[in-house]
Amino acid sequence: MNGEKRILLEYADKINPEKAEDYIKVGGYKGLEKARKMKPKQIIEEVKKSKLRGRGGAGFSTGMKWSFVPEHAPVKYVVCNLDEGEPGTYKDRIICEKNAQALLEGMAICALAIGAKKGYIYCRGEYPHIVRLLNNAIESAKKAGVLEDFDIEVRMGAGAYVCGEETALIESIEGKRGEPRFKPPFPGVEGLWGVPTVVNNVETFACIPYILTHGAEWFASIGAPDYPGTKVLTLTGDINNPTYFEVPTDYLLSDVIYKLGGGIKGGRKLKAVQVGGSSGAFIPPENIHTSIDFDSMSRIGASLGSGAVFVLDETRDIVDVATRIAKFFEHESCGKCNPCREGTFRMYEMMQRINAGRGSEEDLENILVLSRVMQKASLCGLGQAAPIPIETTIKHFREDYMRKLM
Amino acid sequence: MGKSYAEIIMPYKDKKGGLIEAFHALQREFNYIPEEALKEAARIFKIPESKAYGVATFYSHFSVEKRGKYIIRMCESAPCHVAGAGEVLKALEQYLGIKVGETTPDGKFTLELCECVGQCQAIPVITINDDVVLSVSPERIPEILKKYE
Repeated sequence: MNGEKRILLEYADKINPEKAEDYIKVGGYKGLEKARKMKPKQIIEEVKKSKLRGRGGAGFSTGMKWSFVPEHAPVKYVVCNLDEGEPGTYKDRIICEKNAQALLEGMAICALAIGAKKGYIYCRGEYPHIVRLLNNAIESAKKAGVLEDFDIEVRMGAGAYVCGEETALIESIEGKRGEPRFKPPFPGVEGLWGVPTVVNNVETFACIPYILTHGAEWFASIGAPDYPGTKVLTLTGDINNPTYFEVPTDYLLSDVIYKLGGGIKGGRKLKAVQVGGSSGAFIPPENIHTSIDFDSMSRIGASLGSGAVFVLDETRDIVDVATRIAKFFEHESCGKCNPCREGTFRMYEMMQRINAGRGSEEDLENILVLSRVMQKASLCGLGQAAPIPIETTIKHFREDYMRKLM
Repeated sequence: MGKSYAEIIMPYKDKKGGLIEAFHALQREFNYIPEEALKEAARIFKIPESKAYGVATFYSHFSVEKRGKYIIRMCESAPCHVAGAGEVLKALEQYLGIKVGETTPDGKFTLELCECVGQCQAIPVITINDDVVLSVSPERIPEILKKYE
């Protein structure tokens, strides 16, 4: 076949994601059953051993994250980040639409591991249908008795990309403006309403049941050794199959484009590919023969991020695309810290000038200086990542910029 | 007459962090958050009006300005941008006779821009209230909007 490996999406469209019974019939809730017979520390050890790393973009060890939660705190929370806002990303929506019960089971296992009784799913405001689906799924799981005394509540965001940042997300659940907090303290110690909180991405939680059911060794043996498991990718742009796929993490980016994606539309040549959404780096064709896992992507100056794969063909105006991305960050900056608020504003201003043919070489140099400042001085990942698509397009496609300068 | 502002807000009063949920409930009723409703929410949640206003204006789905019955949001994120969002936007403005951010005189449609709505399998995408419309082209605009007229 095409080399896809489906774990989270194995029963896509074969089971009703809202029904716990359907999921149980295909082996669901066995991981939770197993976890109930284990000590919390053993569950965390198992997750550590699986080498599962966060699927939201930062790639932090999930077991490690769970282990930071102090054992004796009286109240703790499990929070699921379903605020996927990276343009071109819809994998968390797909996971919910195809296998929502796995997410609930993963959260329940995390709750056992850290000693929480309550979980929240923060769903982006763009997905009202997923809020309904999840509420039905939770009700079905409760009726089936599988969650026991663990309670899950769904909260809906209202259109703010920055709420994908875990502390901004927490602020938003608390009913406030979604502005990121200073770290430390990290949420594991001081999170939702000031108590220890684990925040993980949908895909991360959805991996947990399979790790518990089939064992950490099994999971660790799939894909890239340092970032094992599978990754759900979403393909957009000038590609023949603009859809979603689940692949082992050692899958090559070139195969994503030419095998799964069916190649570039109209038989044209590849200009660049951006992996990880709008905050990701643009990758030139000479670098696509790289495995998609976190570390391999880092080695070529890119990031796996959310797993969005945005393909541009040779006819595309990359300066125009980068300008559009600069506008995205200017719009989504929350305004809390100066480097990001002013930085994204000035960045967009200069990019507009260049894109309109009124920019100078000085603008280009200023963009690169500003880019360094933002990466170093911004409070959260938004401002730190905002200049990356622009910097990488200047790096790899400088001649495209030069052509537009005055 | 429909429910009073307080009646809409009260169910969320004791929910921790329920202000945003209350705003969602108000918007389900009115498609925006009327000034008096915002004041009522501040009173019920025992926070200054400025704080309530700060929350309401932080999130792009909330509006403190009156909006139409149907909110059309055009995604202009990078994937939709290269798929022709610009032309679709022009066609929408022309068909509705309004600019982005405006509401048609009959109070039916408000046109807004938005960022990625996570439906990138068939782009460009617009949303009309909770409905998602895939693979939009300028030619399809009249047919799409007919359903809402």
